Amino acid sequence: MQAKMRIRRFNPETDKKPWWGEYTLENVQRTDSVLDLLHRVKWEQDGTLTLRRSCAHGVCGSDTMRINGVNALACKTLVSTLAGKGDNLKIQVEPILGLPLVKDLVVDMEPFFDHYKSVMPYFINDSPVPEDGRERLQSPEDRARFDDTTKCILCAACTTSCPSFWADDRYVGPAAIVQAHRFVFDTRDEGFEDRLEVLSDTFGVWRCRTIFNCTNACPREIKVTEAIAEVKMAITSGKA
Amino acid sequence: MKTHVFDAVIVGAGGAGLMAALYASRGAKVAVLSKLYPTRSHTGTAQGGIGAALGNLEEDHWEWHAYDTVKGSDYLADQDAVDVLCKEAIDVVIELEHMGLPFDRLPNGRISQRRFGGHTNNETGKPVMRACHAADRTGHMILQTLYQQCIKNRVHFFDEFHVVDLIRVDDTVRGVIAYEIATGELHAFHTKAVNFATGGWGRCWDVTSNAHSLTGDGAAICLRRGVPMEDMEFFQFHPTGIYKLGILITEGVRGEGGVLINGQGERFMERYAPTIKDLASRDVVSRAIFLEIQAGRGINGQNYVHLDVTPETVNRYNEMAGDPKRIDRAYIEAKLPDIADFTRTYLGIDPVREPMPIQPTAHYAMGGIPTDIEGRVVLGAENKILNGLYAAGEVACVSVHGANRLGTNSLVDLVVFGRRSGIHMAEYCQQADLLPLPTGAGQDVWAELERIRNGKGGVKPHTLRRRMQQTMTDNVGVFRTEESMSKAIEDLREIRDDYNLKLQIDDKGNKFNTDLLEAWELGCLLELAEVTSISACARRESRGGHARDDYQERDDLNWLKHSLCQKDEFGDYNLDYKPVVLGRYEPKKRVY
Repeated sequence: MQAKMRIRRFNPETDKKPWWGEYTLENVQRTDSVLDLLHRVKWEQDGTLTLRRSCAHGVCGSDTMRINGVNALACKTLVSTLAGKGDNLKIQVEPILGLPLVKDLVVDMEPFFDHYKSVMPYFINDSPVPEDGRERLQSPEDRARFDDTTKCILCAACTTSCPSFWADDRYVGPAAIVQAHRFVFDTRDEGFEDRLEVLSDTFGVWRCRTIFNCTNACPREIKVTEAIAEVKMAITSGKA
Repeated sequence: MKTHVFDAVIVGAGGAGLMAALYASRGAKVAVLSKLYPTRSHTGTAQGGIGAALGNLEEDHWEWHAYDTVKGSDYLADQDAVDVLCKEAIDVVIELEHMGLPFDRLPNGRISQRRFGGHTNNETGKPVMRACHAADRTGHMILQTLYQQCIKNRVHFFDEFHVVDLIRVDDTVRGVIAYEIATGELHAFHTKAVNFATGGWGRCWDVTSNAHSLTGDGAAICLRRGVPMEDMEFFQFHPTGIYKLGILITEGVRGEGGVLINGQGERFMERYAPTIKDLASRDVVSRAIFLEIQAGRGINGQNYVHLDVTPETVNRYNEMAGDPKRIDRAYIEAKLPDIADFTRTYLGIDPVREPMPIQPTAHYAMGGIPTDIEGRVVLGAENKILNGLYAAGEVACVSVHGANRLGTNSLVDLVVFGRRSGIHMAEYCQQADLLPLPTGAGQDVWAELERIRNGKGGVKPHTLRRRMQQTMTDNVGVFRTEESMSKAIEDLREIRDDYNLKLQIDDKGNKFNTDLLEAWELGCLLELAEVTSISACARRESRGGHARDDYQERDDLNWLKHSLCQKDEFGDYNLDYKPVVLGRYEPKKRVY
């Protein structure tokens, strides 16, 4: 089938403001991903089209963008999910919102990673390791408690779909809270109080208005809003 | 050009780079440079597990792991290095757990382990549960955990700094040149030591499990600066890539009981590997699939076979084998969630109900930059140490994988030799002097980038990349012959001429010019494709991942040796060889 691509373009060296580029692709297959189509535009028609990508199968988290108005990974969004019954396919692609625009589909990820780093996203346990030199023990049930949030790939689809984050980018955002959740509910971790202090700050979890955009946007199907709610509960109850 | 001074730089922020960074930064001032954000690194896509003889479920010994690794390597691995790998595997897995890595757990609280290809109980020859795993996203957990620890320990990162050259003066190393992607400026990193941990170059082939960014930059840079490449003819084709797409389906699927089925409904691995069947080494399974397809026994006569992990099939074969294990939907969703997600997303197939169409996919470089067991780069047949230069992970050739890597050993390699290289670098930096930067550092690579930027020959990089990938897939794939490899060498020379004379890109700008960088990366791939083909054509035997129709047997008398391919000052490639380090395990016929 034929695809008409409408891509938000911006070259900081030549453009005063963003504009829409329109490209037509023939012989598009239903199994093609949006990344495949963007590559065809870049490789066959206009090499100046700029985007980030790496693994191309939804694991590295590089190619988050707004596809037909919804945050998604370009490599994990297939034509079959966008096309109707006919042979008439229109795809609109824009950079994610809420982070400074760099070029075309590339945004500045530094503010996002700064928020991530602010929640102490690392394992804290200063107790001595087991005397036998082996692993710390954890039951399968305790391990399962935080499994969902270990899946996060830091793609920013959740944070940049969040109206609270759009309204005030000092909010740490859903991704950072998901990362914190992974440690808050890990029975081996001892950083509970320090981490919750950061998250109970003015720009912490209470900025969440339970809009669920984050959950819808997550390409890893993490129950983001639920994870945030669990962190809120941990703060109010003082226990995981 | 901006200049930064550090004791050491680490190039690449995957498992090996981050592990090296954690250790090196304890004793030296270290910068980590990555052309990506660290969490985008390809370690994150590793699925099935990391091998270590913890013995959490059944008897196991690191010596068994070592034997399996040597046998898997078709006896080309250096056995001193394999001993280090398998002994330290136990220790590093425990260390990763102490860093917080969320391994799956057994009811008694210990790390869960599963079966994997080529890992056996050495007494019975039966598969052993050795692969420590976190669902089917073990690599993701390793990458995340190591990056988290780097943040905790305030490791200094330069994200989206693309290293494009090594500053080498005679037999000393002075640093690297990096291209800042955001601005297009070159930076010199003036250092005492450099560690390349840049990963592989699967993008030389058409169907690959590798990320777009796996273009072999570190290997190509070293090659250009006079470092020979070791054992480049050995590139692993993983048996189970998703048909046409190449996306990896972990061996863990077969470890959990999945089986390969041909177009006649036959579990064909019973014929090729009677003892461990579908869990034979990867080279063996890939060849079997290829031969089935060649004999017209693909599914509907096409170029793929089925990987079947439906509970109905798995339980039937387990029952026939007298194995009490039974699986159901919940088990697959818990143990293989990402695989289920991939097949649903990309194939529209629910693996609990239907088999998956698979074909071999270009996966892993066994060869690369030659190093010793401390991660130090060594030159020539006499293994002369190039002080200050290190390599670790897939880009390095220690050699622990020889002619064929065992599943799970890539992750072991990353953390074991990432750690060793980091420790050695820190010690080296404490006693080494910072030698002055030579005048003109960075000029060569700047000239090359300008040449690419201003080329007017009308040929797009994509056209050349497709030609390279096609000839490598057709001629230097699972099976090779003199004729096919000669054809590849001829094609690659033509493509290189076009690259040098006719290349033209669209983006002439400075900021975030990925058109320019992709074209530069293509130059790296082209060189490594040539080195691979030349090394392969010269090796007149079949061993591990290098299988020749015209020389079908392994020839230990003439070829039990590592190849070294060096680029001379005229741009020609010269071959040399060095002996394999043998040990406890005498080379013998490989039967699974």
